[in-house]
Amino acid sequence: MHSDRAPLSLKIAAAAGLLFLHLPILLIFAYAFTTEEKSFAWPPPGLTLKWFAVTWYRPDVWEALSLSVKVASISTVIAMFLGTLCAAAVSRTRFFGRETISLLVILPIALPGVVTGIALRSAFSIADIPFSTWTIILGHATFCVVIVYNNAVARFRRTSGSLIEASMDLGANMFQTLRHVILPNIATALVVGGMLAFALSFDEVIVTTFTAGQQQTLPIWMLEELVRPRERPVTNVVAMVVVLVTMLPILGAYYLTRGTDQVAGQGK
Amino acid sequence: MSAVVFDHVSRHFGAVRAVDGVSLAIEEGEFFAMLGPSGSGKTTCLRLIAGFERPTSGDIRIFGEQVADLPPYKRHVNTVFQDYALFPHLNVRDNVAYGLMIAGQGKKQRHQAADEALEMVRLGGYGARKPSELSGGQRQRVALARALVNKPRVLLLDEPLGALDLKLREQMQEELKGLQRQLGITFVFVTHDQGEALSMADRVAVFNDGKIIQVGAPEDIYFRPDVPFVADFVGSSNVLPADLVARLTGQSRPAAIRPERLKLAENGPLSAEVTGLSFLGLTTRVSFEAEGTRLTALLPQDASRPAKGDTVALTWAEGDLHLMQAGA
Repeated sequence: MHSDRAPLSLKIAAAAGLLFLHLPILLIFAYAFTTEEKSFAWPPPGLTLKWFAVTWYRPDVWEALSLSVKVASISTVIAMFLGTLCAAAVSRTRFFGRETISLLVILPIALPGVVTGIALRSAFSIADIPFSTWTIILGHATFCVVIVYNNAVARFRRTSGSLIEASMDLGANMFQTLRHVILPNIATALVVGGMLAFALSFDEVIVTTFTAGQQQTLPIWMLEELVRPRERPVTNVVAMVVVLVTMLPILGAYYLTRGTDQVAGQGK
Repeated sequence: MSAVVFDHVSRHFGAVRAVDGVSLAIEEGEFFAMLGPSGSGKTTCLRLIAGFERPTSGDIRIFGEQVADLPPYKRHVNTVFQDYALFPHLNVRDNVAYGLMIAGQGKKQRHQAADEALEMVRLGGYGARKPSELSGGQRQRVALARALVNKPRVLLLDEPLGALDLKLREQMQEELKGLQRQLGITFVFVTHDQGEALSMADRVAVFNDGKIIQVGAPEDIYFRPDVPFVADFVGSSNVLPADLVARLTGQSRPAAIRPERLKLAENGPLSAEVTGLSFLGLTTRVSFEAEGTRLTALLPQDASRPAKGDTVALTWAEGDLHLMQAGA
């Protein structure tokens, strides 16, 4: 007989799956409080909060963190600008090569990061561009654009084209229409796209490895720390903070897109 | 002065002649219908008046002013869109007040005007709702209020009743007509529903293939079609081919005769075989075939009814056979 309640075996399997996914993350959190600093012994021999203080006074952590925030912010801004314009063009007008452009914009997210990374690195060398914060930002922008573009294009498709005509019919010029009709209707999609792009850029390793010079973003710094152990739990403290901080925009994106599935401007 | 004048206006999309050499004059205060099958160019004509399309050639004047190069936001016309196009992020009051806000009116003033316009379409008290919370008929009224609050000189309506169910549609037809009389604004509306055009409009333009086939009062279009297309599209009239008419009247021109004017008789000029009967309530529709031409008659219920397969004689009063021009 059909029942709304899942059988016990399914519940156990689901719980096991979730534990498998999330237990390692909780382990990371646990090691942030351990008193043992050379190796990760389980169970932790003792618990302490001193690593939080140690992390606070490590300048390399702050440098890596600020670089990551800077890179993620700037590439998100670039992505939001370019991604939105591109989405508007692709979904609002018909022109030769429209499908091709749509594909080319999405491609960077489908390509393995290694390929994008190598391609960018050789391109930068050929063009004689020295590696710097800006080359990292450019690298990140290539895939951040995709995230914003995808979100914006979906929203544009769900927004009736006659809204723009209606606005102009009621006396609004292009700028007034942009401000009073287009932007309010795509705002949540843009915010969501921006948040996801920020989160993606913030923990990116592969493309960063290829496009960075001497700079270390936070994920790169963490990798280095794992290879050269020194005050190991500091890495865990940083990891914990990063997880908590990147959760915020993702949760925010989730709540903003909930319940926006009705089609805007549809007649019936 | 005419409200809207088209002077040999064409709008081509590549090889498609959506509007092909249309000339027409819509008078001030008139309720004007553009009627035609889909793809006949009627909606493009409406969009040309609104400014969403530019003519490929020809002149358009609105109250004497050349508008071919004016963008939509510089024209004193407003549109009620087929899908209503209400702004989903604004409540009903702000939707209606949108045009006034753009025009720079203060909040209090424009909200008051919006509430009055909503009152006029019998939606007083709905101002704070979102469009998504309204029914189709209510959205349509909001769209109407949003256009009318700007006091346009011409109101354009694009298949305004298409999305409504039959009962609501009949009620809105009455209301639209009442509003138009009360406000005295020129209404131009596009429809593919001949009943709607005939019942609401002062004059009807029948479109086909990007051209206007006939313009006239509903009675003219219905009883006196110029060409077979109008006879067929507007009134489902019987169209008799020219050679048959030549034998009946001596004039080699196609002719139209309304189904309700065909009578059964003992002796008549045309003999026909009954091919089908359907009961419609008030009348019975009888299909015939006469010399290769299919005909339909609407017989009142008290008339004697033939059976399928009978051969009968058909007759009509002299003035009911309406001679048309050959062609389209």
